[in-house]
Amino acid sequence: MSMDSSGMIRAKSPRISELRRLIKVMCNRVVVVVGIGIIAFFILVAIFAPMLAAHDPLYTYLESILNPPSGIHPLGTDQVGRDVLSRLIYGTRISFLVGIFGVTIAGTLGMGLGLVAGYFGGWVNAIIMRCIDALLAIPPIVLMMAISAILGGGLFNVLIAIGFGMMPTYCRLMCAQVTVLKENDYILVLQTAGASSWRIMRHLFINAFPPLLVLITTNLGTAILMEAGLSFLGIGILPPTPSWGAMIYDGRRLLFSNPILSLAPGGAIMLIVLAFNIVGDGLRDALDPKLRGTL
Amino acid sequence: MVPILEVKNLRTQYKTESGLVKAVDGVSYYINEQEIVGVVGESGCGKSVTQLSVMRLINSPGEIVGGEILFEGQNLLQFKANGPEMRRIRGAKISMVFQEPMTSLNPVLTIGQQLIEILEVHLGMSRKNARQRVIEMLDLVGIPGASSRIDDYPHNFSGGMRQRVMIAMALLCNPKLIIADEPTTALDVTTQAQLFELMKSMVERFKSSLVIVTHNLGIVARYAHRIYIMYAGRIVEEGSCKEIFRNPRHPYTIGLLKSVPRLDDQEGKRLVPIEGMPPDLIQMPSTCAFLPRCSYSIEQCRVEPWPELRKVEGTKHYVRCYLKTEAWEQCRSHSATT
Amino acid sequence: MLNYIIKRAVLTVVVLFIVSFITFSLIHILPGDPAAAMLGDQATMEEIEALRHELWLDRPFFVQYGHWLSNALQGDFGKSIMYRVPVSEIIAERLPVTLYLSFLSLILSTFIGIGAGIICAIRRGSLIDQIVSVVANAGVAVPIFWLGLLGIYVFGFTLEWLPLQGWTSPFDDFLKSSKQALMPVICLSVTGSSIITRQTRSSLLEVIRQDYIRTAWAKGMGEPRVVFKHALKNALIPVVTLVGLQLRVLVGGAVLTETVFNIPGMGRLLVDGALAKDFLIVQAGVLLIAVMVSLANLITDISHGWLDPRIRYD
Repeated sequence: MSMDSSGMIRAKSPRISELRRLIKVMCNRVVVVVGIGIIAFFILVAIFAPMLAAHDPLYTYLESILNPPSGIHPLGTDQVGRDVLSRLIYGTRISFLVGIFGVTIAGTLGMGLGLVAGYFGGWVNAIIMRCIDALLAIPPIVLMMAISAILGGGLFNVLIAIGFGMMPTYCRLMCAQVTVLKENDYILVLQTAGASSWRIMRHLFINAFPPLLVLITTNLGTAILMEAGLSFLGIGILPPTPSWGAMIYDGRRLLFSNPILSLAPGGAIMLIVLAFNIVGDGLRDALDPKLRGTL
Repeated sequence: MVPILEVKNLRTQYKTESGLVKAVDGVSYYINEQEIVGVVGESGCGKSVTQLSVMRLINSPGEIVGGEILFEGQNLLQFKANGPEMRRIRGAKISMVFQEPMTSLNPVLTIGQQLIEILEVHLGMSRKNARQRVIEMLDLVGIPGASSRIDDYPHNFSGGMRQRVMIAMALLCNPKLIIADEPTTALDVTTQAQLFELMKSMVERFKSSLVIVTHNLGIVARYAHRIYIMYAGRIVEEGSCKEIFRNPRHPYTIGLLKSVPRLDDQEGKRLVPIEGMPPDLIQMPSTCAFLPRCSYSIEQCRVEPWPELRKVEGTKHYVRCYLKTEAWEQCRSHSATT
Repeated sequence: MLNYIIKRAVLTVVVLFIVSFITFSLIHILPGDPAAAMLGDQATMEEIEALRHELWLDRPFFVQYGHWLSNALQGDFGKSIMYRVPVSEIIAERLPVTLYLSFLSLILSTFIGIGAGIICAIRRGSLIDQIVSVVANAGVAVPIFWLGLLGIYVFGFTLEWLPLQGWTSPFDDFLKSSKQALMPVICLSVTGSSIITRQTRSSLLEVIRQDYIRTAWAKGMGEPRVVFKHALKNALIPVVTLVGLQLRVLVGGAVLTETVFNIPGMGRLLVDGALAKDFLIVQAGVLLIAVMVSLANLITDISHGWLDPRIRYD
């Protein structure tokens, strides 16, 4: 948050108390607290993966292929003898990586374009928005298939596809917010005072941001879900990297004999995505009850 | 004469995060047949909530917790809020004109769709007859070209015209009582006057009673027969229009009168606002709620609880104040000199 | 209203033009030689050069684009490397399968979503509202390919109620086709119905607080009339947007579902095309899907105009 003008310093303190209020309101609801707890749990798992995992997720125990759950391998081993639980634990890292960077790419691109479109309006808006509409017409998975047809899978390409796939929503929301906000008196005051476009846009961005926070939260889950889908199709994260989606892809052929191979990672995906959605909902309700339903 | 509506000791509360808001706290009043009654007070004094309570339109977190609402001999509080008995009364025997003409009409339905259904539901009229009747009514309230405008949507009408539609809507079933809740607040002054003239002539024509809820004493002065002044969820003064304007008895009423411009004011006379803020309805003192803003308070006001509404000797004037007659004289002369 | 429709239609054409450009340039701007990638490692330089010439890859970019677009407009997407037949023929075979499943899912999820949303909103806070809310929340979070596998394992393998996978045309054997389509359609509908339920619920709750709903009550209208005549039409405006956007979600879902249930539809075709580096199939598929999604958006916009009279006059 910027503090280079007196106006901003004054604007800062209510923001902090607003944040406190947000957290307080959110913690009033048990479900939201549970959601935050689940996310915190997965973050800890991701950070401490090397300590939590009893085995190397890539090491193949050739003598124990497709072992059922046991003391040594709590969730058994897969078809090449890798420990399923350890892979699941390390998969958390991939999921968070995808979530955070996917949203960063989508958010930066989308919010930047939305800000420019909303601020300048007119032709700039029309051109940007038509391109966004075009992008919105291509489902992210389909976009990814086009990209992977050329470049193949891999984390980086997955992030590009997810970033572009989720970007339009940020752009539209930001643009809508800015279009309304720029008519506000304080922006007009800034303009008459001769503030630069850059500076006004920064003000607009800060004020348009709160509702986007909700989108960011839920999209962390959406990105994880998308990555899982792509990896399941075999065009996402490439083996042998332990990604939950890829684990389902690997386990799929052994569904009837070893259902745990594909069903366990799916449960993990569902849990983390659900948690992000719940927290996003809680955030939305806490931010402004009137926003309910607009996102 | 038996009043058509008699409200006794009505209490309506709202449960909020910061506590229980006693929006209406023991309000009693009555409306006679073909009478125009004004209910006046600042925003948040409970005047609208009182009227919504009569219509049983209080939604959660609000709740009517006590009292009686007698209409045609029946206590409306014995019925379920949206039950068949209340539905038969609403819109047919008691109807309401709301504050915001912009938002009180459904934006996605035509005026006709919104008015015709009233006649279909309450009077069982056929669609064709109902439509004819609605056109007549729209014509009556002064909407030009009613027969074609009936198929327009609310956004095609100006604020004043929308409020005329609302008035037509209220009159359709020839109700006994019309409640107008700040019907003109959102409109400009000329339109306000036109609408009040319209409502006055309409209730006379249809022999209905009218309750005008407003914060503007000037409007009431012109149209109401009797006036209730509300403050902090209670009625603080009641009297005929003349009485209230000539001999206001409650310091709050006096304050209200001083803050309203009058045509017969001398030039250069300043309007005097009432100092201070309305009380917090969550933490109400047992003493007079107006005490912190009152410039005429006496020792008794600070020590004893807020008195009940009491009749002033030899008049039909009721007031909720400890001040004696001499003191009122003093208040008014004091107000004349400021 | 007509002006409004024309305006939306023109915008759709503009958007489609941009889509076609994005689709085309995706394949050509990205690093790597499509011809080399198509032919694989064993191809000789001459073979690659011949294919480049055949695909117009040796011409300037915009000439290639113009050539591809004009052919595409006539339904000619070139000849698939993988199947050795014209792409349009394969698509003609595969598209109806996906459309059939998507259409059923769209209808199912719209009905379930709006119905459940209304019930939740009217009985807000009740047990049924809470249960449905939890299920809807989970429905948005669940990976549908995983749900499909779970379904196959439980209903197909363990209980043996339904066939494991596969596809039969409803015109050949309707009963068998319906049995096979049941799980895929349900899988495809899960996300959509959950999203629509949540949106219907919240937007109905929002509308119920509006002044004009209070007016409807004050007129003495009963609950069914207040909800269905006065509230629902307003509440459905944002829901319609969502239903329109569902096609985008459904196509994404179709790719996964068709893979899980081994159904020969567009989604499966795209995955196979992408894995086999058959660009012509991918290009054609992406373009067609984008056209369908854009048309769905156009229909959404037009329904907006119908639902909300304020839009028509803008």
